[in-house]
Amino acid sequence: MAADTTVYKEIDGKGGDYFSLVGWLGLMIAAGLASVYYMEHHGHVVTGMTNAVVWGTPHVFAVFLIVAASGALNIASISSVFGKYHYKPLARLSAVTAIALLAGGLMVLVLDLGRPDRLIVAMTKYNFKSIFAWNIYLYTGFFVIVVAYLWMMMERRMVPHSKKAGLLAFVWRLALTTGTGSIFGFLVARPGYDAAIMAPMFIAMSFSFGLAFFIILVSVTYRASGRPLGDLILFKMRNLLGIFIAAALYFTVAQHLTNLYAAEHTGIEAFILMDGGIYTFLFWVVQIGLGSLFPLALLFNPATGRRCQGIIVASLLVIIGGLAQMYVIIIGGQAFPMPMFPGMEVSSSFFDGVVHSYAPSLPEVVLGLSGVATTLLIIAVAIKYLPLLPTSLSDAKVDPHHAPKD
Amino acid sequence: MTDKSMTKVDTSRRNILKGGAAAAVITLAPGVTLRTVEAAVTGPATNAKRWGMLIDANAPSDVWDIAVEACKAEQGWGKDEAHANPATDPQWIRKVNIKDPKTGAKASLPVMCQHCANPPCVDVCPTGASMKRADGIVLVDKHICIGCRYCMMACPYSCRSFVHEDVHGQRPHMPRGKGTVEACTLCVHRVDKGQQPACVEAISKMGSDAMIFGDLNDPKSEIAQAVSKYVTQRIRSDLGVEPGIHYRGI
Repeated sequence: MAADTTVYKEIDGKGGDYFSLVGWLGLMIAAGLASVYYMEHHGHVVTGMTNAVVWGTPHVFAVFLIVAASGALNIASISSVFGKYHYKPLARLSAVTAIALLAGGLMVLVLDLGRPDRLIVAMTKYNFKSIFAWNIYLYTGFFVIVVAYLWMMMERRMVPHSKKAGLLAFVWRLALTTGTGSIFGFLVARPGYDAAIMAPMFIAMSFSFGLAFFIILVSVTYRASGRPLGDLILFKMRNLLGIFIAAALYFTVAQHLTNLYAAEHTGIEAFILMDGGIYTFLFWVVQIGLGSLFPLALLFNPATGRRCQGIIVASLLVIIGGLAQMYVIIIGGQAFPMPMFPGMEVSSSFFDGVVHSYAPSLPEVVLGLSGVATTLLIIAVAIKYLPLLPTSLSDAKVDPHHAPKD
Repeated sequence: MTDKSMTKVDTSRRNILKGGAAAAVITLAPGVTLRTVEAAVTGPATNAKRWGMLIDANAPSDVWDIAVEACKAEQGWGKDEAHANPATDPQWIRKVNIKDPKTGAKASLPVMCQHCANPPCVDVCPTGASMKRADGIVLVDKHICIGCRYCMMACPYSCRSFVHEDVHGQRPHMPRGKGTVEACTLCVHRVDKGQQPACVEAISKMGSDAMIFGDLNDPKSEIAQAVSKYVTQRIRSDLGVEPGIHYRGI
């Protein structure tokens, strides 16, 4: 099979481009840490977050990265669990990307805590009824399982066992994203959440965001390292991305249709879909238009879908749309007033009954971006020091039976 | 099942309460002593009691301002915030105005931690910092709160505040900390001494019975008799969280 003949090799990583990339990423991480110091020194009063919008931009980035992490593992899962050998050469990179995305997301999540210095408390004291506490196990377990899976794929003696590890990793990643979606699904009091659909919707989103990130990573890395990347694998990932975008869109439609049917939820639906200002704009224009429908058109239009640039642009739009979706879910869900007295007009000095305002502050955005930088830095270092990338992803290497077009 | 979980919650608190049962002086180092001056604790919290409140929303709305001020003075919040931003300043109790848009009927009522029997904040807290005492008082252990704010996401009553900046003027019985979450404690420090919460006391000093505090489990208590006599409401009772705070007139 093709996988047996794949040659994996570290990237050269000696040129100025590589070091300037690492330098810029390091700078962004340093800026993120400086933001954390600023926020922790002064308190969250210097952020856009309030007592009503308690989770802000850092959470948008953190949850996006965590969701994308499990999705990025998909390429490995498809090869190991579902036996699609075309994807096998990219399985190692897929596992490393998943680890790096999760690490970047968790870094942001932890550094936005009111007391990040008490991380050890979170590691030693558990309330097992809390989905957050379950997630701590799911996240750490994910690291352990994916590292073991990666090792089994890379260590020749262990390769026969890698399929079992891949299956475990696949099941674990489904549990992990279920856990992440349920952070919101379990919030019984808020009309923007409190829905079982959050779990499967987050899984569909993870497929889409993770693969979009992975496509860009592979395309850029192969171009930068001068290694051949054939259309075959790229087009396979393109088709897969199209299906995942459609799946995420399906869950979004189902979520809103269900809410629209219940008179109880018309308030939140009117807010998100019609008169929510920035949230309505982000939902329709960025999440649905730019982040879902337009990428679908790009991917399946022969003029753009058969070109690497078209696929990269579509993937980039999926990521932007994904961030918008996170913003609408996380911030929009909090901005909508808590229905303490349904049917009543409510007012107070604590902003009851009104839409809560939130504007991201610079430190929050920088912290979020530093999570992305952390992810990229981990990948950049990993591919330099570990044999993760196949020397060639040309069509002939990916599939020896592939008939070259003339 | 409920009793069992309550007992479990209670055990970690008992020693603290026992320790406060009598005035004590502990020598920490030569010349350094720690004095415990709060004395009369009524005993460990048990689920034999269920502390609660009955609030009459038909009372004149200015009494709720007095309740809010009494809470601030007692617990030390709402003063000296450097940035004085109402969106980030804590509010442990607030006056909420409601109006029926169809009839125009209005009411005002104080809203604070509802001390739920099934508190969502306690369910979601990853470290167990949000906890419920056996007697129904919901508290935040500020030593193990990591400031994740998930409890604030979960609370159906927006009753919790995050300490957004350095705090000043803290009261000895109520240490507060930047980066942690806080809320009404039902004046647990007073209740354990057999006193009423500060808001209730301030209002009753005015001769108003708009807030009644007591043990819902004690059939002889004023509150238990009142809630058995009048139909009372609890905010968002549809959620099944069983708040300890009852209202009349909403």
